[in-house]
Amino acid sequence: MSAAPVPGAASAAPADDVARSVGTKSWTPYALLSPGMLWLAIFFLVPTVMLLRMSLSSGSAFAGDGTFSFSWGALQWGNYGDAVSKYVIDSPIFQKSLIYALIATVLCLTIAYPLAYTIAFKAGRWRNLLLVLVIAPFFTSFLLRTTAWSTILSDSSIVVQFMENTGMLTVLHAINTPDSWPTWTQIFPDGLTGETRVLQTPLAVILGITYNFLPFMTLPLFASLERIDVRLIEAATDLYSSAFTAFRKVTFPLSLPGVVAGTLLTFIPAAGDPVNAALLGAANDSLMGNAIDAQFKATGNYPLAASLSVMLMVVIVTMVALYVRRAGTEELV
Amino acid sequence: MTITIDERREQALAALPPHREPGFWARANRWIRTHLVQFFAAFALLFMFLPVMIVVLFSFNVPAGRFNYNWNQFSTIAWTNVWQDPQITDAVKLSIEIALLSTTVSVVLGTLIAFAIGRHNFRGRGGINLLIFMPMATPEVVMGSSLLTLFVAAQLEGSLGFATITVAHIMFCISFVVVTVKARIAGLDSRLEQAAMDLYADERTTFMKITFPLVLPGIVAAALLAFSLSFDDFVITNFTSGQAVTFPMFVWGANTRGIPPEANVVGAIMFIIALVVVLLPEVVKRVRKS
Repeated sequence: MSAAPVPGAASAAPADDVARSVGTKSWTPYALLSPGMLWLAIFFLVPTVMLLRMSLSSGSAFAGDGTFSFSWGALQWGNYGDAVSKYVIDSPIFQKSLIYALIATVLCLTIAYPLAYTIAFKAGRWRNLLLVLVIAPFFTSFLLRTTAWSTILSDSSIVVQFMENTGMLTVLHAINTPDSWPTWTQIFPDGLTGETRVLQTPLAVILGITYNFLPFMTLPLFASLERIDVRLIEAATDLYSSAFTAFRKVTFPLSLPGVVAGTLLTFIPAAGDPVNAALLGAANDSLMGNAIDAQFKATGNYPLAASLSVMLMVVIVTMVALYVRRAGTEELV
Repeated sequence: MTITIDERREQALAALPPHREPGFWARANRWIRTHLVQFFAAFALLFMFLPVMIVVLFSFNVPAGRFNYNWNQFSTIAWTNVWQDPQITDAVKLSIEIALLSTTVSVVLGTLIAFAIGRHNFRGRGGINLLIFMPMATPEVVMGSSLLTLFVAAQLEGSLGFATITVAHIMFCISFVVVTVKARIAGLDSRLEQAAMDLYADERTTFMKITFPLVLPGIVAAALLAFSLSFDDFVITNFTSGQAVTFPMFVWGANTRGIPPEANVVGAIMFIIALVVVLLPEVVKRVRKS
């Protein structure tokens, strides 16, 4: 997991840079950094602070005079109480978002790893072409691509007919949270799929999320697989390890930075995605992204929406902090 | 009893199982085993491209009802009509304007940062790395809603539109530009620059003649990525757009009453342009070689 064992990786770069930046003035890097970082500070950091502030304010966009009030003396912690009672206890939207995102991340990893592995080690002269193909779907509107799943997963489609005839749908439908369990655990009350349909079920949403975030898993995986010194794998097989053992003991551990980076870029954005649930899910199957969207747009309850966003931010910051403690920040960018 | 060595050899050979070429199924089995990972990769590519193929295919459909989900009838009418619909033309135009502006600004800002990170050591590196990474890992809903909060606090709620969308797009494009350009800088052979310096090129000349041309492909790739991210963004735009309608906003709005096949045409055209732009250098390279 740590950055150290990757030979020639970014961790070696700064030392090299010291030598190279000799002769340039010490303020050069800051001059290069400042315009862009200023932009990120004003339009990423400041808004995040404003969001925190909003989550502890009172008021509504559509009620009263439409303004919000914040005071250090009267922090509105009740917004978080509301958020938890509405979106964790009464309906398990927060947990559901994380679990959908978790399943989608695992699926992404399973699908993306062989792809990245093939591009890095087996593609030969097709390598650049394959890399282009990985990002090519990016260029078609992702909303259109997501609605295309409505065609692929429609009740009469080949895919769904096949799943129905082989009994897969019966099995997937049987995976559900029993009615006797408390409300806050009801994540799949009606099963992963319907008995005869996939569209407008949890599986459709999870598949949509998996599809939309696949490139964000594939590219970091490729980046870390590509850096592996092939001679290390050859050394393992020379010492009589089987291909599988060589993969398990050499290739996979060395690709872990990519696995973790891909997971961060997939899991957290997926947990807040509003599009797949809206386009592919059932009408009542909303996730955190939809809840935040609705509280902002339809209800105008900005403080509640902000506290929901902050709850997601806490998950992000925790995961990133855990990563940084083990591997540092050099491999992040 | 003694036997000659030749007899012994014959006995031994007779005891061996008869030699056979591996059969068709045995060979097929072995081939599949050694190519298993490629099969999964091919499956992954199919998974990625199936929806794109559907989008292109259904641009030739005449929907039976309001919704363009089921195949009805082949026609090229959407392709000939696509620029007749002012709603689509305006939305595409706005999206292109925003994407061009945010690509330009984010590529300049991001490239400067990439050079700073890739070429210099400085205090506060960790914090800078984190601030660049966070916009990529944060859900778009969170960024969109926090930007809206900022704009509301700045009393800009009435003037949401082109400017606020562009500002937001630049923000989330910068990180992707930094990552793309930095990867290129990290892969450079620094001996090329040392050679230039050894041959009495000053720093400026070395940069203009060696470093920059070598980094340029990375900058072009970053620009393409930024353009597509901006052109395609829906979630953040939805929070910062006010009354302005970009192409993704048009698609979203049309979704409840049925997306017209003309929207698929725009998607298909974008895909084809991107494919040509990205594949052209590769093709030119191969043609020149042969």
